[in-house]
Amino acid sequence: MSTEAMDVPKGFSFDLCRRNEMLTKKGLKSPGYLKTGTTIVGLIFENGVILGADTRATEGPIVADKNCEKIHYMAPNIYCCGAGTAADTEAVTDNISSQLKLHRYHTGRESRVVTALTLLKSHLFRYQGHVSAALVLGGVDVTGPHLHTIYPHGSTDTLPYATMGSGSLAAMAIFESEYREGLTRDEGVNLVTKAICSGIFNDLGSGSNVDVCVITKGKKEYLRNHLTPNPRTYISSKGYTFSKKTEVLLTKITPLKELVNVVQVGGDAMEE
Amino acid sequence: MPKEHANWSPYDNNGGTCVAIAGADYCVIAADTRMSTGYSILTRDYSKICKLADKSFMASSGFQADVKALQKVLSSRHLIYQHQHNKQMSCPAMAQLLSNTLYYKRFFPYYAFNVLGGLDSEGKGCVFTYDAVGSYERVGYSAQGSGATLITPFLDNQLKSPSPLLLPAKDAVTPLSEAEAVDLVKTCFSSATERDIYTGDSVEIIILNASGVRHESEQLRKD
Repeated sequence: MSTEAMDVPKGFSFDLCRRNEMLTKKGLKSPGYLKTGTTIVGLIFENGVILGADTRATEGPIVADKNCEKIHYMAPNIYCCGAGTAADTEAVTDNISSQLKLHRYHTGRESRVVTALTLLKSHLFRYQGHVSAALVLGGVDVTGPHLHTIYPHGSTDTLPYATMGSGSLAAMAIFESEYREGLTRDEGVNLVTKAICSGIFNDLGSGSNVDVCVITKGKKEYLRNHLTPNPRTYISSKGYTFSKKTEVLLTKITPLKELVNVVQVGGDAMEE
Repeated sequence: MPKEHANWSPYDNNGGTCVAIAGADYCVIAADTRMSTGYSILTRDYSKICKLADKSFMASSGFQADVKALQKVLSSRHLIYQHQHNKQMSCPAMAQLLSNTLYYKRFFPYYAFNVLGGLDSEGKGCVFTYDAVGSYERVGYSAQGSGATLITPFLDNQLKSPSPLLLPAKDAVTPLSEAEAVDLVKTCFSSATERDIYTGDSVEIIILNASGVRHESEQLRKD
């Protein structure tokens, strides 16, 4: 395996930590991160893997994005749902997706889910949990369908059904009641949708729409906004007007006083 | 010896948003009905509005246990007033009572963000807005709670006079009709629900005018 693609980066510089701690002690509010709140799920059904996610991104109590994409592309046969800090999930999945592509060129083979798993967990462990990404990785390769969860510190689980994010308990309650082995595609999609809806309606960090991704041998279906159960409830029939300009309160014109009074006394002023 | 700090807090925030708008001869008081704690919903159907007198309604967001206690104190003080004066308290009188009650607990406050709405003795709409320790002001409209920062700029744009510098001073009460004000309130809540996670489920609207009290309810997003 070539080393150029796998060069170990230098990691974070912690030089400013002591100064930041001093500032927070003095009362400075540190800038917040965009967290995805989130409900993400995955399950294995008879022919492959189904992944599901909600679409709300939060910044504290405010909804920053009502329809963001949390199911990230890793390889044609592998997708990854991400919870935690949005920048981290985006960056880590893009990075490992690029590494997988280079690896495919190098080996001439379809990527395997365990490869993506190892690359992700090594990356997260190296950053000691500072990269706040909790992932549900799923795909189908030559060895069959696989589903894994990856935690921010780098530990992983291999499971038949999994949930992550602030809405994970609401979603897992649905899975634990209704999951069984050998579900059909439609049963699987319905169960995933039900679990995500449970997160959307019962967890305040999750909301808006349901995204689903069905991966089988040789085929993937990315169902963006598979369900939109949250339309805007009230739209005023009369509409509202907003003035196009700033209101003029007062107009006052002060002419500037002339400093020099030039008096022309016959002939050119410049001539002696 | 450096001071020890408590490892628990007596307060919790149950979220929610309250709005009130005063009109020439009516008053609209509204609050969403979601009660939450942390990232969970406790109930989708909780009323944050309390009738303190015939012409005074209080909507409060914040810590609902403190709000309940505050409502009880004010209701019982109003009952005593009725026995002693043989009449209902006017809205401005209730406003002062609420302020005093809040300041009484200045050093262990009621974690309640209140908006008092009603009709004054002339029948005009009045809205009073409070902070947690009783500072209050009569205004033409107000919003309090988790969605207040989203709603207030919109109400400022639609209802506020362009500037206090523009003389003669525009009257605080809005020239809008009752139906227009209710429409405005519904729009405020459905917009706040889009972007605030603590606001949603449904909005309870109370319209107070010379002929009495009217209730309206509008469903909001439940996610």
